[in-house]
Amino acid sequence: MSIIVKNISKSYKQVKALDNISLEVPSGELFGLIGPDGAGKTTLFRILTTLLLPNEGTASVTGYDIVKDYKSIRNTVGYMPGRFSLYQDLTVEENLRFFATIFGTTIEENYDLIRDIYVQIEPFKNRRAGRLSGGMKQKLALSCALIHKPKVLFLDEPTTGVDPVSRKEFWEMLKRLQEQQITIFVSTPYMDEAALCDNIALITNGKILRIDTPEGIKASFPHKIYKVKSTKTFKLIQDLGAYEQTHSAYPFGEYIHFTPNTTAFRTQDLTHFLKENHHTNIEVFETGPTIEDTFMELSD
Amino acid sequence: MKRFIGFIQKEFYHILRDRRSLFILFGMPIAQVLLFGFAITNEINNVDIAILDHSKDATTKEIIAKIAASEYFSIKQIIPNEAAIEPAFKKGHIKAVLNFEKDFSKKLITENKATLQILTDATDPNTANTISNYTSSILKNYQQDLNKAAQTSYKIEPKVRLAFNPELKSVFMFVPGVMTVILMLVSAMMTSISITREKELGTMEILLVSPLKPFQVIIGKVVPYILLAVVNAVVIILLSLFVFKMPVEGSLFLLGAESILFIINALSLGILISTLARTQQTAMMVSLMGLMLPVILLSGFIFPISSMPLPLQIISNIIPAKWFIIIIKGIMLKGVGLDFIWKETLILIGMTLFFIAISIKKYKIRLE
Repeated sequence: MSIIVKNISKSYKQVKALDNISLEVPSGELFGLIGPDGAGKTTLFRILTTLLLPNEGTASVTGYDIVKDYKSIRNTVGYMPGRFSLYQDLTVEENLRFFATIFGTTIEENYDLIRDIYVQIEPFKNRRAGRLSGGMKQKLALSCALIHKPKVLFLDEPTTGVDPVSRKEFWEMLKRLQEQQITIFVSTPYMDEAALCDNIALITNGKILRIDTPEGIKASFPHKIYKVKSTKTFKLIQDLGAYEQTHSAYPFGEYIHFTPNTTAFRTQDLTHFLKENHHTNIEVFETGPTIEDTFMELSD
Repeated sequence: MKRFIGFIQKEFYHILRDRRSLFILFGMPIAQVLLFGFAITNEINNVDIAILDHSKDATTKEIIAKIAASEYFSIKQIIPNEAAIEPAFKKGHIKAVLNFEKDFSKKLITENKATLQILTDATDPNTANTISNYTSSILKNYQQDLNKAAQTSYKIEPKVRLAFNPELKSVFMFVPGVMTVILMLVSAMMTSISITREKELGTMEILLVSPLKPFQVIIGKVVPYILLAVVNAVVIILLSLFVFKMPVEGSLFLLGAESILFIINALSLGILISTLARTQQTAMMVSLMGLMLPVILLSGFIFPISSMPLPLQIISNIIPAKWFIIIIKGIMLKGVGLDFIWKETLILIGMTLFFIAISIKKYKIRLE
């Protein structure tokens, strides 16, 4: 096991940020921590990277205890905080060289590890980090977190604020890093990224809802699920809320995801109900559950 | 060691790339010394005066020549009679009128006494005061010469000797103070800001999750500023030596050593502030309000400590700047050696150790 978390709790004054969290991440796994803003993801990251002490519980990273052996952990992990945390007044290359130096290595020594990522920003190596675009900043931050060949990589919301194309590239890079036997612990508020992880933990309000593979999470969804659409989306949500057979209804892209509260539900009944409520261009069809559906179901 | 050098190199990038701060860092000491040295002064120089001479004899001519020769006054106008005095003042550029009475020479010889009236424009009381003092002193000089030449009178003139600053040059008083303020500012404020900046930008988070040890981070932050502060101290001393012709009576080596001690003292204060402040703004406010004001007001730089109310006199003891000002005034103006300032030196060393001890105790190896 690369990361073991046992019954960790952490409070800030009145707020309980983490409530009795336990999880395990095997070596070499890409593990996703999925949850909305304020769920406690960053707190868990800071505890695992020895930046915060938990109020209760224990945890270890590559066998080192996060309280006792904090110095060893700081030598072996790579950490990329949620906020862009590099020196804006240093150039791309100077940032990378600085982080290589303080970890007692050089860019040349571990260049293979970061080559795929770094070649994309290398043309701008003399540019100040503060003047890079969001996607390039992420790539630089990842390069800096990787330059000392960490055994475990902690990435706190690495793709927040990054365009969809860069996001996709970023996850492809993570997949390639995984082949280098690096355990990756990543958090994201985007459910679509969760599907790319080996295992994911759904977290909200400081509690873990479920830990499973993405497929396992989808399969655990207990209801049938339908996509519903009409020309008046806002009215549709309101009307579905008033419909007697509704278990839940929430927007999902351009559709509404609707789950019925009875197995006897028939699509034509819903279509009929919507027509009575003056909806036009009505579409109702069954679909497979996504991770987000499970998340919504579990967090209700 | 390589890590540490890498860290210091990074610090220099920060300092050298922040052009505006760099300009302030090096421009401010020069500007302040020049300002205090030239502009803010209670000396007079080339003050315009007028002469009203009713006798026009040998003695008055000699006195006028003496006054004209001094660098303090320049005679702008010869006034014919009393009625012309007021218009001359009202025009504005004449600050004083010297009115010699009739038969000045004769009276001086026969009665051993002659009167010279000094009329000054007291709208600026300080200047007026200074002018009358300067004129009196020129007259006294003349009187002495006269007595010596005649070898008749044995009248003893009271002679005030102004020790250590015989010309009452205010710049001699200001240079030690300005140097103290600048070193305090550069060392304490800049280090505290530079450490809190890492916290604010979130880079401290990465530095903490790295093999860098806390003391490496702190020393790495301090080293560049020691160099900067030393450069500043040298610039200030050179300026005072060559622009203001200020003497350094004591040993330059001792002056340098004491300056470095004070720089380290200020740096340790800066680190202490940064361990307590979370943002650059707080660090700056604490440095300005908590350090600059006491340094300027309570250290004896501008206001003599002995004339402060007792509570403030007691408080002034905990201000490192007070001790440093005593030390450098001693070395520069009185030429004393370590045997006279060992007590002040020990106090500074003690304070430095105290600040460093608290900083290390308070330094956070984690986020809050």
